[in-house]
Amino acid sequence: MNRMQNFKNGLIKDNPVFGLYLGLCSTLAITTSINNAIGMGVAVIAVLILSNMIISAIRKLVPDDIRIPVYIVIIATLVKIIQMLIQAYAPALNSSLGVFIPLIVVNCIILGRAEAFASKNGVLDSALDGLGMGLGYLLAVLAMSLIRQILSTGVLSMTNPFNEAQVLFSLRLIPDNYTISMFSAPLGAFMTFAFLAAALTAYKNNIHKKEEEAAKAAKIEAAKAAKAAKEAA
Amino acid sequence: MFGELVTLLITSVLLNNAVLNQFLGLCPFMGVSRKKSSALGMGMAVVFVIVAAGLVTYALYYLVLVPLKLEFMDLVTFILVIASLVQLTEMFLKKSSPALYKSLGVYLPLITTNCVVLNVCLVNISNGYDFAHMLVYTIGTPLGFALVLYIFSSIRERLEVANVPASFKGNPVALVVAGLMAMAFSGLAGII
Repeated sequence: MNRMQNFKNGLIKDNPVFGLYLGLCSTLAITTSINNAIGMGVAVIAVLILSNMIISAIRKLVPDDIRIPVYIVIIATLVKIIQMLIQAYAPALNSSLGVFIPLIVVNCIILGRAEAFASKNGVLDSALDGLGMGLGYLLAVLAMSLIRQILSTGVLSMTNPFNEAQVLFSLRLIPDNYTISMFSAPLGAFMTFAFLAAALTAYKNNIHKKEEEAAKAAKIEAAKAAKAAKEAA
Repeated sequence: MFGELVTLLITSVLLNNAVLNQFLGLCPFMGVSRKKSSALGMGMAVVFVIVAAGLVTYALYYLVLVPLKLEFMDLVTFILVIASLVQLTEMFLKKSSPALYKSLGVYLPLITTNCVVLNVCLVNISNGYDFAHMLVYTIGTPLGFALVLYIFSSIRERLEVANVPASFKGNPVALVVAGLMAMAFSGLAGII
């Protein structure tokens, strides 16, 4: 139950991107197309799960003073492996993500989870935490890229990352004359992010308010019941 | 040659700004921009770390990794260099200006995970810059970062007292401001 809760927190409530503002750089930069977002999301999930597992497995061997350099070296090695795999099997993805693949090393989500979770918990829990946080990241970049790609090109499409000539599906939602190219520019990235983050805050505020109201109502009920009991006596 | 270097400098400071055009270093950009003084301190610390890291990694890559055919170790080497340089800066600041050290707080060790630093080191190599170009790019990029960070922090100080819708309070409205700044900076594209 607790594990499930941890896992779910990463998706919506403590979403690493929109809730905690971690890993912003890649989120804003690579979300110009759905292809990029999914490629980046999958790469981050892979690195996050592996680094969380390794770090939690060696957490008792690493002296406290040098833990950050140790974590960073582990993460850098994993990222280099993933980068080489992408270079070999998905060259198109490699050229469109560019420098942002090696920059996964400095993605705050990964080091943040290593420090906050994997260094204190068991291997299985850490792997689940990595999966949850990674899926939260994937969800965030997917939402951003859907909005940005549809508004800026008007087409909902995806190509096979391992073979760029093969188009998986392509659907025109907005006629060519009515697209807003601003959304593929930096301004569009910042705006999309701001509005999505505000929407999540509004959702959280709403839940918070409901909880408060429920607590207030319960208090009044209790007071009434106490009064009634007194009168009866 | 000289003209080319000036163009590269203007491009890296203003036109291809690290934060507003390449979306790098957004974590400290959002995190330490609440006060002008800490933004300035952070900007200077970043300039120092990047210039030092750029020079060291460039030398390491061409003098050690390439002769030994260990190019694939670039990422691991660079990040270690950056981490130790940040540690040095931290120790230096702790001794020389404790007030600044306190106000930068948790963000100082986080320069290690500032994407701008690693990006500069990687781009120096992947673009095949010679020494002069490398030097100009390495100095220009963090200057652009510091400039934008300072402007952003001055706007955010005003934003604190503005009446903002509840769900936009804090970071979301700051991101809107960053978006508008990006639009303003894209207007500079004509100067070259």
